[in-house]
Amino acid sequence: MNIHEYQGKEILRKYGVTTPRGFPCFSVDEAVKAAENLGGKVWVVKAQIHAGGRGKGGGVKVAKSLDEVRKYATDILGMTLVTHQTGPEGRLVKRLLIEEGADIKKELYVGMVVDRATQRVCLMASSEGGMDIEEVAEHTPEKIFKVFIDPAKGLTDAEGEDVARKIGIPEVAVKDGCKFMQGLYKAFDETDASLAEINPLIVTGDDKIVALDAKFNFDSNGMYRQPAIMAYRDLDEEDPDEIAASKFDLTYIALDGDIACMVNGAGLAMATMDIIKLFGGAPANFLDVGGGATTEKVTEAFKIMLANQKVKCILVNIFGGIMRCDVIANGVVEAARQVALTVPLVVRLEGTNVDKGKEILAKSGLPIISADGMTDAAQKAVNAAKGK
Amino acid sequence: MSILINKNSRVIVQGITGKTGAFHTEMSQAYAFGKQCYVGGVTPKKGGTTFLDMPVFNTVSEAKAQTGANVSVIYVPPPYAAAAIDEAVEAGMEMVICITEGIPVRDMIRTRYKMQGKSTILIGPNCPGIITSDELKIGIMPGHIFKKGPIGVVSKSGTLTYEAAGQLNALGIGTSTVVGVGGDPVNGLKHIDVLKMFNEDPATEAVIMVGEIGGNDEENAAQWVKDNMKKPVIGFIAGVTAPPGKRMGHAGAIISGGKGTAQEKLAVMESCGIKVTRNPGEMGITLKSVLK
Repeated sequence: MNIHEYQGKEILRKYGVTTPRGFPCFSVDEAVKAAENLGGKVWVVKAQIHAGGRGKGGGVKVAKSLDEVRKYATDILGMTLVTHQTGPEGRLVKRLLIEEGADIKKELYVGMVVDRATQRVCLMASSEGGMDIEEVAEHTPEKIFKVFIDPAKGLTDAEGEDVARKIGIPEVAVKDGCKFMQGLYKAFDETDASLAEINPLIVTGDDKIVALDAKFNFDSNGMYRQPAIMAYRDLDEEDPDEIAASKFDLTYIALDGDIACMVNGAGLAMATMDIIKLFGGAPANFLDVGGGATTEKVTEAFKIMLANQKVKCILVNIFGGIMRCDVIANGVVEAARQVALTVPLVVRLEGTNVDKGKEILAKSGLPIISADGMTDAAQKAVNAAKGK
Repeated sequence: MSILINKNSRVIVQGITGKTGAFHTEMSQAYAFGKQCYVGGVTPKKGGTTFLDMPVFNTVSEAKAQTGANVSVIYVPPPYAAAAIDEAVEAGMEMVICITEGIPVRDMIRTRYKMQGKSTILIGPNCPGIITSDELKIGIMPGHIFKKGPIGVVSKSGTLTYEAAGQLNALGIGTSTVVGVGGDPVNGLKHIDVLKMFNEDPATEAVIMVGEIGGNDEENAAQWVKDNMKKPVIGFIAGVTAPPGKRMGHAGAIISGGKGTAQEKLAVMESCGIKVTRNPGEMGITLKSVLK
C-alpha cells in the first residue's frame, strides 16, 4: 500500500524527524490560505499523487508570491500528471501540499528497504540527493552506503553517525543526522513499512537536517494491525477494478491486453499471462481466484473481467488440487449464465474430478471452448481473441 | 531415498483444529504412510483432547516430548504464525513447514533473527509444503498427481508445482521429493538449499526448478548449479509479462527498481547451463529431453 508525501511527513514528525511546515489542500483557495498561514516569502506547491518523478513532470513549483501560489495551485490541481512512474496515461492531481520554502545547502538520499538476502532492514544512504537512486547504484555504486540493521538492537549511534559522515553531513550536524536515521528506522519498523525513501534529505543553511520529501510503501500483510496507516489509504489512487476484486478476496491487476484470464494460484496466474504472450496474444489482467473458488467468487471475477471493454476472450485456467474441477465447472457455468457472456470462453481444467468437470461444461449448452493443457488453452484463447 | 521428509518422519500439526489445518491434515493422513507419520496436533487450550484420531497438546514441546515428533507443520492464522514458528524452533523441532500465507514481513525478520545459530530448518512461509512421493505429504498439494520417480521439484508457487508434477505424471515420469519454498520475501530454505540436497540424493536424477519474479534466489541457485550440480536441472520462471512495481499475488513477487525480472533470471539460468523453457506447458517435456 502507498500513501501521499504529506502523510509520510506526518508519520515522520511523530518520530521526531524535522520536515518543512506545510498543509495538504484540496482546492486553490485552501492552497492560498495555507500559504498565508505559513507566512514567509517562498512556498512550494507540490502535487500529491502516488508516483515519483513529480518535479520533472511539472507537478512541483516554487512560488515567490501568493499570486504565484494561486497560479501554480490552479495549474497543478486537476492536471493529469505524467511521470516515469505513472505510465503514459498519467494521474489526475486531486490534492496539493503547500510547504514553506527551504534553504538548501546540501541534498542527500536516505532510504530503507527489506533486504531479502540478509533478511534485515537495509538502510541505504548517499551524498547524491535528488537523483534516482537506481541510477546512482548503476553509475556510482561507491557513493551508496548500506547498513543491515540488527532487529534486536535497531540502528546504533555508531552506525548512524558513521553513515552520516560518509554521506557528507557536516560534523556539527552528524548527531542530528544519526537521530534522523534512527527516527526513520523506528517509523519504518513500527508501521510495517516495506519501503521508505527520503529524497532529498537536506542540510539547511544553518546545518539543520530536514526531510524535504517522504515516500513510504507498506507491507499489506501487516496492515491488519495498522489502523492509522490504513486511514491514509486514498482510493482515488487505486484501480477501481482492483478495489472491487479485493472485496471478494480476489487478486486482480489490470493490464493492457485483450485476453482476460482467471486462474487459481499466483504462480500459475503469472504463467498463464506469460503463455498467452508466448503465443502472440496479450493478457488483459492478472487474476488469482485463490484455492477456495466459490460460485460467488467466480461470478464476481467474471463481472470484473467483462467490465473491461477491451476484452475479446476469457481464458479460465484451473489446476484443481484440493478444489475439485466439478465445483469449479459449476461455478463457471453459473457465472457465465449470470453475466450474459458476450465473448468466447476458453476453459482448461486439470486435476481432481477433471472428467466430471468437463462433462458439466459440455452439458451446459454454453459455447465454451474446452482445452487440454496450458499450450492448447493459450493457443485457443489467442485464436478466439483474433476472431478465428 | 528422498530429501527432507520420508515415511520415518513424525509430524505434528500446529493449528490442527482450525478449518484449514483440520482439512489438510485429514487429506495428508490419507496419503501413503500418512496415518503412521502424523502423530499429534497442537492447539492452545485444547490439550488433552483427541482430534483426527490423534492427541492434541497445548504446546509444541509437550507434543514433541509425548510423540517423538521431529517435524511440525503450521496452519496458524497470519497474526500468530510467526510466534508459532518461534515456538517450534524453541522446542527444538528439526524441521518446521509453515503453510500460512500473509505473515507480516516484520514478524518474519524477527523470527529469522531468532533462528540464527539454531539447527531447525524452516520451509516457507506461504508455501504448499513438501511431498515425498508415495511416502509422506506435509502440505496442501493434491496427493494423487505425485507418484514415485526420479525427479526433484523445487518451486516458489503451489499451483505451478502441481502443473509441473501433473505434466511429468502425464509422461509417466514420477517425482522423488517436491518442495515448495514459498513466495514470501523473507523465508527459510531457498532454491539453492534444496538443489544442494537433491544433488546428494541418490533417488533424484534430475530437477525442475520453478521460480518467479522478485529477489535473486533463482540467480544464486543457478550460479551454484553451474559450479556444483552433478544432475541436469531445467527451469521455468513465471512473470515475463508482469508489470514492474506490482505485487503479483505473492508478497515476494514484485519487480522493484528494475530488479528481479523474469528475463534477467532466465538469462542467468541459461548462462549457468540450466535448460529453461519459456512455455509453462512444456516443463515436463523439457525435463524429459534432458533425461538420460
